[in-house]
This record gives sequence, structure tokens and C-alpha cells, in this order.
Amino acid sequence: MNDKFLTYLLKRFLMALLTIFLVVAITFFVMHAIPASPFSSEKAKSDAVIAALEAKYGFDKPVPIQFLNYLWNILHFDFGLSTGWVGNTVIDLIIGGFSYSARIGLTAGMIALFFGVILGSIAALQRGKALDKVIQVLTTALVAMPSFVLATILLLVFALQLGWLPSMGNQPGGLILPIISLSLYPMAYVTRLQRSSMLDVLGQDYIRTARAKGVKNSKVIFKHALKNTLTPVITYAGPMMAYILTGSMVVENIFSVPGLGRLFTNSMLRTDYMMIMGVTIFLATIIILMNFIADILYKVVDPRVDLS
Amino acid sequence: MSENRKFKNPLSLQIDPKLFEKATEEEKAQQVTMRESVSFMQDAMRRLRRNHIAMISLGIIVVIMLIAFIVPNFYPYTYTKQDVTAQNLAPFQYSAKEQAKIDKGFKVFPHIMGTDALGRDYAIRVIYGTRISLLVGIFSALIVIVIGIIYGSISGYFGGKVDMVMMRIVDIIYSLPDVLIVILLSVAIKDWVSTSNSPLIARLGAGMVSIFIVFGLLYWVSMARQVRGQILSIKQQEYVLASKAIGASPARIIRKHMIPNCVSVIIIIAAMQIPSAIFTESFLSFLGLGVSIPMPSLGSLASDARTGLRSYPYQLIFPALSIFLIVLSFNLLGNGLRDAFDPKLRS
Repeated sequence: MNDKFLTYLLKRFLMALLTIFLVVAITFFVMHAIPASPFSSEKAKSDAVIAALEAKYGFDKPVPIQFLNYLWNILHFDFGLSTGWVGNTVIDLIIGGFSYSARIGLTAGMIALFFGVILGSIAALQRGKALDKVIQVLTTALVAMPSFVLATILLLVFALQLGWLPSMGNQPGGLILPIISLSLYPMAYVTRLQRSSMLDVLGQDYIRTARAKGVKNSKVIFKHALKNTLTPVITYAGPMMAYILTGSMVVENIFSVPGLGRLFTNSMLRTDYMMIMGVTIFLATIIILMNFIADILYKVVDPRVDLS
Repeated sequence: MSENRKFKNPLSLQIDPKLFEKATEEEKAQQVTMRESVSFMQDAMRRLRRNHIAMISLGIIVVIMLIAFIVPNFYPYTYTKQDVTAQNLAPFQYSAKEQAKIDKGFKVFPHIMGTDALGRDYAIRVIYGTRISLLVGIFSALIVIVIGIIYGSISGYFGGKVDMVMMRIVDIIYSLPDVLIVILLSVAIKDWVSTSNSPLIARLGAGMVSIFIVFGLLYWVSMARQVRGQILSIKQQEYVLASKAIGASPARIIRKHMIPNCVSVIIIIAAMQIPSAIFTESFLSFLGLGVSIPMPSLGSLASDARTGLRSYPYQLIFPALSIFLIVLSFNLLGNGLRDAFDPKLRS
């Protein structure tokens, strides 16, 4: 069992590394397929200036060499220099933005998981009753709402109309609305997952056995059922992180949070290619690693899962 | 018959000729099946029809489609026509110029949803945006269906090494963060699209083209996986063996036996794919990577509405409501289709 698990871990890890490498390669070659040089679009510059800039950023070498250089550099966490925010390295900008995005994203993720599991379990236990129906209707509606619509509506209602919460991310309490806008969709999704998983587990024989032995209802649910309902939720953790990180691009723009998502959309406006590449690779790596962790956790939590 | 039998010796081997008489019409009538045989498709459709929520959703989708594809043909306003005297009108409000016209006795078609900051009729822009969203959804689903079916059925049919290699590729593609790649591609092809000579590509815009490319490259994997799984189980069936025995080619077996049996899986996944494509498109448009201006899309309309959010909240509400209705209806229809076509999956 242990040997098998280690092999699986290693295999899965190599797979994640391969995927990250692919993302780097795709990002690099897609960005280098653009005919325009990142400097030609800016205000009139002489050819000599452009050539000097290209030499400075290493764009004058053949593309395969550039790729190997780039690969070597990012292995040392060197994503190059930003051309949109002159004087900054890409990695510094990314770390600066990520400190905001991570805070928002992690809190949103926690809220989504916590309330999703609770609401889903309640819905399952109250199956067919009014509360279950209310939860079902709400989650169905939330899953059909894009993050930017939700965020703009929250901004309109709670910041502009009611004035309860600030509309800008840098004000005190300003991260509350972005966190809520990012957590509602995954929360609704987790609720639905948890509901069906709970219903599934409650129908199992060992639950009936526990009840037949006269175990208290609360103990049946918390000790016997809940643990076994969590596996589908764990597998969703990876896609959820992907949703939250990409969703933060619009949400951070709407609430003016100086996070990674806003940095990314701004670097698109400034055609800062090094920045676009850096952020894409950075976000992709996080998403892929999250998927890897979720996969491993899934096997740890549920030893019945076949490893082959 | 029974009367004759009374007189017969039970041990006699003499055959009673009456047993071999032709059946009377009455006896024949008893053999006729009372109910028509129901095919799988009919059965599923019957289950679907009984699902009220799914049928209402289907009705809403049909109505939205009719509005989106028919109304622009005879609507009095176009999505590009600007009227500086009629900026940011509220729904059913007339500009001073239009009011003067009405006072003179002319008829002016009301701005059902008001106008935007450039004085364009908002209703027709929302209708056009809806049309774009629907087109993106439907075409993306088509791309996913075609590639997914071909890839999945080849992988499942041949099995063994071919299957292993093809499924490893699927695994890798599956783990790529798709939205990031859509964004990357639309950034990269933005210049190319805006300078393209093809009017179609220029009109679609970078976001749409990259969505289609990425759907073609990445999104078909879940369809391919499902189709492969289905094919693997169908492959074991006797009728496939019989077909092989009489010398049918692999292409024919895939086409005639396997794909028809995958229809339920294909329909379910296609219905789920449409809202996800609409989501992605509106997300990109919101970021400014979607359709090229002046073409509206629901995402870009919602994004534009942010500048005047405090004063003109309805400019956000209409496109937002439209996206919500479309995605909700497709989601519910998708659930209904899943329940109807695959009762085992019902949750």
C-alpha cells in the first residue's frame, strides 16, 4: 500500500511538472508568435533605441535560445523585467499583487468550503422540506450568475445604494465585498456537491447499522456520515482555486484591489509581454499544484480509491 | 378442441389434426401487440416532457432564440446608430427631439430599455449581445461534439496502446488551466484579428476567435473521455462482434453502432458545454478581450455599464438578467436532459 502510494505520488508529481512545463512552453511560444515587438507599439522610437532595448531584454537572440534562457531564469524565479512598470522586476510585481489576491482567494475559498459543506448537509438532512427547497433554488440561481455580474450587483447594492461597505479595496473593510463576490459561486457549487454526497452516504448500510444500534442522530451524522461525504468536495478544491484566481481578475478590477488579477488585466492594457507571461505561468502553476494536492488528499482521505 | 379430447385415449399416439389448423382471425388478433414498442429516444423524450422545469427552460431558450434572431431584422433601431440628443435615456423615456416629433403627431418607437451613453438604443444592443452569446454557446458545443466524438471513439475503439497514448494526452490537456490560455491567446491574436482582411474574423473579435480555438484545442476532453468510456462498454456487445464477423470496417462500426449508442452522453455534455462557453465569452468581453466594438456582447455591455453604475443601474441589470436567464435555462435543461437520458445519474 505504502509503496503503491509513493509510486502514485511520484507519477502524479511528474505529471504536474510536465503540465507546468507545457504551460511555460505554450505561454512562451504564443507570446513570441506575435509579430510586433513589445517596444514597437510605444511612442515613436528610433530603430537604434528599439534594438538597444531588445538587446537589453534579450529579444535579439534566436527564439529557441530565448526559450531555454527563459526556462533557466524562471527556475531561479527570475521572470525578467517589466516593460509596463519600468524599473520593476516581474517577480516583485507578482509577489506584491499576490499578497492581496492570496488573502482574498484563500478567505473566499475557506468560506465557500465551510458554508458549502454546512448548507449542503442541512439540505440533505432536510430533504424535500422547505429549507432544502430554498437552498436548492438559491444555489441554482447562484451557479447561473457570472462572477462579474455578482460583483457589480453587490457593489451597486451594498456600496453605492446602501453605503454599508466601501467600494474600494484599499479602504478598511474594502476586501469584504470582493471576498463575498468570489466565494458565492464556489459555495453554491460545494453546497450542491455536498448535498448529493450526503444523500448518497445516508443511504449506505453502515449508517443504517449505526442507527439500528441506537446511536444518537447527531453522532451518526458527525462521526459516521460527514467524514465520508467530504471526498467529492476535496476533488473540487482544485477547480475552485482556478475559478477564484481567474475570477479575481474581474472582481479586483471592479473593486479596485491592487491584486494579481488587476495587475494581469493592466499588463494586457500596457502590452507588457513579460508581465503577461509571468502572471500566466505563476497562476497556472498555482492551479496545477492545487489540483495535485487535491488529488493526493483525495487518495489519503479515501484509501478505497484504486491507485492504479 | 377440448370436446374431442374427452373421447381420445390419453395414451394414444394418434395426432389430433385440429391442433394444426390455421389460426382464426380472433386468435391472430390476440397476438398483436397492444402497445407500440418504445425506442430509447422516445422513452427519454417522454421523461423529459414530464419534467416541468426542463420544459419551461426549453421554452425560455426558444423564446430568447426567436427574439435574438428574428427581432433585429425589423427593429426600428440598429445597434450602431448613435443619437447625441438621446443619451442615457431611461426605459420608455423620449429625448426632447423625439418628444417634439411625437407632439407633431409622428410615431416614435419607444426605447424599451432606454439608451446608452452614446445614445444608442439599449434594447437592440442587449438583443445583439444575446445573439452573440447564443452563437458562441452553440458553435462551441458543436466544436466540442465533433472533436470529442472523433477522438473518443477512435481511442475507445482501438483500445490498447493507442488508447493509452490518446488518454494520456487527454489527461495533460485536462489539467491545463483553460481560462488562462483563452486569455493568453486572445491577447496574442488581438493584433492579428484587428488587421485581418477577413471581414468575418474582424467582426468576431479576438475573444471570440480565441474561444473557438481554445474550445477546439482544450474543451473537448471531457466529451472525449465520456464517449471513450461508452464505446469501451459497447465494444463488448454481441452485435458489434456480429458486425465484425460479417466484415464491417471500423469506420462503419463506429458510425452505425457506437455513436448512436453514445447519443445520451453526447446530448448531456453538449447541453452542459453551452452555458460554460457563454460564461467564458462574457468574462472575456468584460475584460475587454471579447468582440470588437461596436459589436455588443452581454459581457461588454455589463462592463460598459460600470461607468454610470450609480446613475443608470438598469444598464447593468438588462444584460446581467439576460446572461442569467440564458445560463440558468441551459443549466436546468441540462439537468433535465441528464435525468431523462441517464436515470442512473440522477442525484
